[in-house]
Amino acid sequence: MALIEFKNVVKKFDGSSVLDDVSFSIEKGEVFCVIGPSGVGKSVTLKHIVRLLSPTSGDVIVDGVNITDCSDDELFSLRSRMAYLFQSGALLAWKTVAENVALPLQECTSLDDAEIDSKVNAALEAVELSAAADKYPSEISGGMQKRAALARAMVRQAEIVLYDEPTSGLDPVTSVMIHKLIKKFNKERGVTSVVVTHDLAGAISIADRLLLLRNARVAFCGTPQDFLKSTDPYAMEYVAATKGITI
Amino acid sequence: MTVVREPIWDDAPRSKFASVVRRSLTLLSSLGWSARILLSTIAAFPSVIVRRTSRAEFVHQLYVTGIRTLPVLAVVSLFMGMILALQVGLELRRFNQEAFLGSAVMISLMREMAPFSCALCLASCVGSAIAAELGTMKVNDEIAALEIMSISPVRFLSAPRILALVVMSPILGFFCCVIGVMGGGLVGETQLGVDFAQYMVSAMGIVDLKDLYVGLLKSFIFGLVIGTVAVTQGFGATHGATGVGKATQRSVIINFLLILMFGYMVTRICYR
Ligand SMILES: Nc1ncnc2c1ncn2[C@@H]1O[C@H](COP(=O)(O)OP(=O)(O)OP(=O)(O)O)[C@@H](O)[C@H]1O
Ligand SMILES: [Mg+2]
Repeated sequence: MALIEFKNVVKKFDGSSVLDDVSFSIEKGEVFCVIGPSGVGKSVTLKHIVRLLSPTSGDVIVDGVNITDCSDDELFSLRSRMAYLFQSGALLAWKTVAENVALPLQECTSLDDAEIDSKVNAALEAVELSAAADKYPSEISGGMQKRAALARAMVRQAEIVLYDEPTSGLDPVTSVMIHKLIKKFNKERGVTSVVVTHDLAGAISIADRLLLLRNARVAFCGTPQDFLKSTDPYAMEYVAATKGITI
Repeated sequence: MTVVREPIWDDAPRSKFASVVRRSLTLLSSLGWSARILLSTIAAFPSVIVRRTSRAEFVHQLYVTGIRTLPVLAVVSLFMGMILALQVGLELRRFNQEAFLGSAVMISLMREMAPFSCALCLASCVGSAIAAELGTMKVNDEIAALEIMSISPVRFLSAPRILALVVMSPILGFFCCVIGVMGGGLVGETQLGVDFAQYMVSAMGIVDLKDLYVGLLKSFIFGLVIGTVAVTQGFGATHGATGVGKATQRSVIINFLLILMFGYMVTRICYR
């Protein structure tokens, strides 16, 4: 059974549809990338998985629970198995980078301070941010904030991690590093990852399956190999545009 | 409970009438939502004391609410006592009753003016800051991030702030009363020719425990009101910086109105 399933999801804001009859499913343990033009509804799709947004009609099912009408307790227990990287980072401005990363461990686990410290250091090292551990989010660059948020999303060993543009605003080398990190977590811990990204090359390198959104609908859903061979005009355009940049 | 809410309707209203109906229903639902936040916050009070991380935040909030507002409160209540003494004293002098100046100032301060002015100061100094802080966190998705990390914003943000206000408000109200009475004595001594010792005897003579309790009760209620309004306005902020500005402004306005109304109601219930 699929771990995450969208069934005919329609989402409207002020009467206009952002998602229109979107259906797809994400299997346990796969890296699932969502691509599409800016403003198409990728972040909106991701927010449905944690019920930050609810569909106007249709259902979102996570691990057999219909998240659109489950109780607060069920939602709480589902969310405690997930981590979410916001497009904006969403670090707490009044806590340092290290405190931000430690937060989910302090508040939701019974680890002692030493264990928390070592986990936080490991997470910060993984995103190459050890030097900025004691800085406040306002004192570091946008890309560093993104990496700090990534460390916070990864530090608690969640089963499902949702990444909203983990590499936007990062240099190509760091982007590749982040992609490798996502793949590594997926392989080693069996984390199911949903990655929203504009970086098609990166998406193709890490994804088990790809979802292309266009005009509020699913334009393509399948493996990266099939995507590259796809005869859908928009998918071809997308691939061609990316090649133009990478060559 | 979850704090991040979506609008009830996701299409535009079809007519003027529908839009009015929707606004009224939205207002009602916001009231219910605020009440739920208040109840969940009260339920989370014990955890503020028990959890180490929350306790640190609570102590910080006590400092922000209690210590940092002291200078403003001292100046406001000092002048209020002085103005009160001057106005009342001049009238009393016409009837040669200056001896009662202390009682008059003490009664009006303890029963009414000290809790009231203290609450207005807290609403504009502390309440507005809470609304702006939480509002900014809301529009920056920080509140949503907390909820997804299974950290309840009610327990993590709202409970330490509201509890700090509830604890500090009566203490500060009492402080305002003391400073105000001193200010009145100062004016009596320097301008109205009332001996300070005599003023204090008159002031302390009128003190009734009931007045003290009612004053403290008022301050307590005001603290709860200010905190709840500020937190719910902050949590409800949407639409970026403008939204935060609006939420802050609304929190101050609603607080001023509620402080007046609750002040009247408590007086009405306690003094018949
Ligand atoms: N809370 C909201 N209220 C109203 N409209 C919204 C809201 N959130 C998103 N939208 C609209 O939904 C559409 C999709 O937004 P979304 O953030 O999902 O885009 P995206 O695909 O993530 O784009 P990007 O790649 O630029 O991040 C946009 O047109 C946006 O205007
Ligand atoms: Mg987005």
